Amino acid sequence: MDTCIEKIKAICTDLLANGEVEKVIGFAGGSIPMATRPIAVTSEADVEKLVFNAFCGLNLANYVSKNNLPKNGAKIAVVAKGCDARNLVTHMVENQVPREKVFIIGVPCTGMVDKRMIAQRFEDEITQCTQDGDTLTVTSALQQEVIAKKDVLRHNCQYCTHRNPPVYDVMSGDPVEEQILDQPFPDVDHIASMDPETRWDHFAELTKNCIRCYACRNACPLCYCPTCFVDESSPQWVGKGQDKTDITTFHFLRAFHCAGRCTDCGACVEACPMGINVRDFTRKLNKDALDLFGWEAGMDLDRRPPLDVYSPDDPDDFIK
Amino acid sequence: MMGNLLEHMGVDRDRLHFSWISSAEATKFVDVVKEISDKVRALGTTKKFAKDYTK
Ligand code: SF4
Ligand code: SF4
Ligand code: SF4
Repeated sequence: MDTCIEKIKAICTDLLANGEVEKVIGFAGGSIPMATRPIAVTSEADVEKLVFNAFCGLNLANYVSKNNLPKNGAKIAVVAKGCDARNLVTHMVENQVPREKVFIIGVPCTGMVDKRMIAQRFEDEITQCTQDGDTLTVTSALQQEVIAKKDVLRHNCQYCTHRNPPVYDVMSGDPVEEQILDQPFPDVDHIASMDPETRWDHFAELTKNCIRCYACRNACPLCYCPTCFVDESSPQWVGKGQDKTDITTFHFLRAFHCAGRCTDCGACVEACPMGINVRDFTRKLNKDALDLFGWEAGMDLDRRPPLDVYSPDDPDDFIK
Repeated sequence: MMGNLLEHMGVDRDRLHFSWISSAEATKFVDVVKEISDKVRALGTTKKFAKDYTK
């Protein structure tokens, strides 16, 4: 994966030099260890700022919208992991951006790491982290650890079955092997096996520290509504404070707005300052989309999403 | 899928009802509303998704 970055830089330099793209959305290094930040590169000189490593957990499709497309004939290029590319496809399927305005630089992905999982191994603050292929060397004032990347993968990356972008203009490396899972949703099955009261308590416990900062929503490429339902004041759909009913309503509705659209990219969880796995809500919807409609979001530019079309075969046993 | 998610979150399935009723089916509407009311009454008062305004 490290080698991809040289290829990414070469592709970007070419694209910017020949004027085909106005800017490249990619990842740049962050200001603290294990961090990256999204960057829009507009000049060949800035291409050097691009990085690609195990910490690129945000979803860059979030930085492409109908409001920031180049006005002239040029395109916007995006460095896209499997999930970013699927969210770009979702943008296109939902008529947010035209396919011809986006140049997808596909990255075969081997997963991103869970920074909280790494931080848990340390008693004090991590001061440095370097990556060499599949190995991370993490240092703090008190200790140093060499960690295999596969041992600290994010939960969504452990269960990702589309690491290679399904749609792209150019690939920055050879495709990686896709995982085949016997049990794609063990976490959802686990919650489903509980009785209703325990399930309710599980979600209450999960969201009890939510501060309603909306970072999960803002990091999600699906949440592009000009005014989100939580920000509306007439009518006010949901209270704005930390009342637990309002928190639950927010999470339920945010998740439901992602039904049949979520790619399980994990950007929402990545962004949450409170470490809340909001994917516990969306994963149930993803499982149902797959079980009931054979649907995974963002795989195909020509297929309409299940909640977008009517088919006589749609499951209807819930209508009584 | 909405019903499934609510159920997954621990809400009683009997509190949520989907029906297709034409504007000409007044009796069906009455029957359905009666059936839902009876079911929900049997379940009793819920604390889920209920905001406590007395606080
Ligand atoms: S979800 Fe898949 S494509 Fe996305 S970062 Fe994880 S492994 Fe890569
Ligand atoms: S809800 Fe979360 S996992 Fe799903 S697409 Fe949005 S950011 Fe990604
Ligand atoms: S990012 Fe976390 S704390 Fe913020 S609103 Fe979402 S779940 Fe709540």
